[in-house]
Amino acid sequence: MFAIGIGLWQGLTAAFHVQTFLLPRPSDIAQSFWDNKGSLWHAGLYTLKEALGGFAIGGSLGILVALLLARFRTVGAALMPFAIAANAIPIIAFAPITNNWFGLLNPISKMVIAAVLCFFPTMINTLRGLITVSPSSIELMRSYAGGEIETFRRVRIPNSLPFMFTGLKIAAVLSMIGAIVGEYFGGPTNALGVSILNDSQLFNFPRAWAGIILASAFGIGLYALVAAVEHATTSWHPSSRSVYTE
Amino acid sequence: MTEPAAANVVEIEGVSKSFRTGVTALQEVALDIRAGEFISLIGPSGCGKSTLLRIVGDLIQPTSGSVTVNGKTAHQARLDHDYGIVFQDAVLYDWRTVARNVSLPLEMLGWDRARRRARVAEMLELVELTGFESSRPWQLSGGMQQRVSIARALSFDPPLLLMDEPFGALDEMTRERLNMELLRIWDKAGSTVVFVTHSIPEAVFLSTRVVVMSARPGRIAGVVDVDLEQPRTIDTREDARFFELITTVRETLAAGHGGDASRAGAAEERF
Repeated sequence: MFAIGIGLWQGLTAAFHVQTFLLPRPSDIAQSFWDNKGSLWHAGLYTLKEALGGFAIGGSLGILVALLLARFRTVGAALMPFAIAANAIPIIAFAPITNNWFGLLNPISKMVIAAVLCFFPTMINTLRGLITVSPSSIELMRSYAGGEIETFRRVRIPNSLPFMFTGLKIAAVLSMIGAIVGEYFGGPTNALGVSILNDSQLFNFPRAWAGIILASAFGIGLYALVAAVEHATTSWHPSSRSVYTE
Repeated sequence: MTEPAAANVVEIEGVSKSFRTGVTALQEVALDIRAGEFISLIGPSGCGKSTLLRIVGDLIQPTSGSVTVNGKTAHQARLDHDYGIVFQDAVLYDWRTVARNVSLPLEMLGWDRARRRARVAEMLELVELTGFESSRPWQLSGGMQQRVSIARALSFDPPLLLMDEPFGALDEMTRERLNMELLRIWDKAGSTVVFVTHSIPEAVFLSTRVVVMSARPGRIAGVVDVDLEQPRTIDTREDARFFELITTVRETLAAGHGGDASRAGAAEERF
């Protein structure tokens, strides 16, 4: 399917003589990627590091805040509007500000953008998993004289894992986007976002496209990594059910 | 767990429960349950039978009155792990295998691994699920899940087994088979059972006494002694006395319903 799509892209852009600055042919992009593989790869890794940093910060904060909100519901209700407000920040408008806070060339300025993007989906999904527990599950733990911490450890946290991973998968892709957006407002020249911006301003569209595709590939890679961890840790989840009969 | 043979395991005195909505779920309920008894609580929706069960298990607090379990408060009894509870849904954890679901209360009691393993094997044999140790709950049928739930409830030898409509969601044939199994297990384990049900035949078949409750406000309308021969067998269901007792329970229910039958209200039975 993917191959057919690429083939159509290649065939149609060639057949209708689409200008390179509108949409380069896949073969041109591949050629450009090959010619610049060293510098692109380097830039990609640099941006990936920013994305990973942001993912780690935003993801862990999201999980931590979800735990606190689930444990202290009244505090949670009071803090929720702030979390929603944080999510409503137009991230593009925020990027120049973090660049200003942490310095244009400091990778932390990009990590913060990525972290803000990662925080909300992780937090909201984890929280949902922590609180959507059947009342009888809680009564069962109570009947065994299990306290609040034990209920979290044995019921709420395991119950939240599939939800948490859903959030982390969304966050993984967003972290790469966040890092690139941050770099669009300035960053070291060896960063992928800066490189894409420069290439398109210099009308080197095949190279810009190669950068974009590399960025997506890293995003997909992060997603796949989280999915693999999910698969390894929540294999109990009844995604493929085989039922015994009595 | 040392109680004299005929001692009261549960003493319920003047228990009332009103909810903030203004509904009186229970009014002045008194009941003594002796060691080794199998008590069924039966009544229409809203009669507070599940509420009463939860008050005995210290899962909710009565508005007034007291519950004594093995000479202690219900709260202390809960902290002492005196209760095994089975709900209508099996409440098994998908992230645990069948064996680890059964061993959950044992882990919380701090049993070591070897002791847990031996007991889990013993319990799964009791409910005839040997071989399903490493299965996941969702791979089992509803009846099998409920048997796992019973095995878990009994795994630590609680003196009191509280069952809230445990077979309510199962089909009639599975229910009858599990009734037989439950009696066999009760006979072996020697614990005291409080069993909430909607089914009159089920209550009569299983119990030593049937406590008939009526609704709005929830109270005890009558207690029917079930003098059917022990142990109960498949033939018990054919016994003329079985049908007489069913009629007695039905009449007690109807009498308890009395004049309030027309008073429809939205009494919440569970919280």
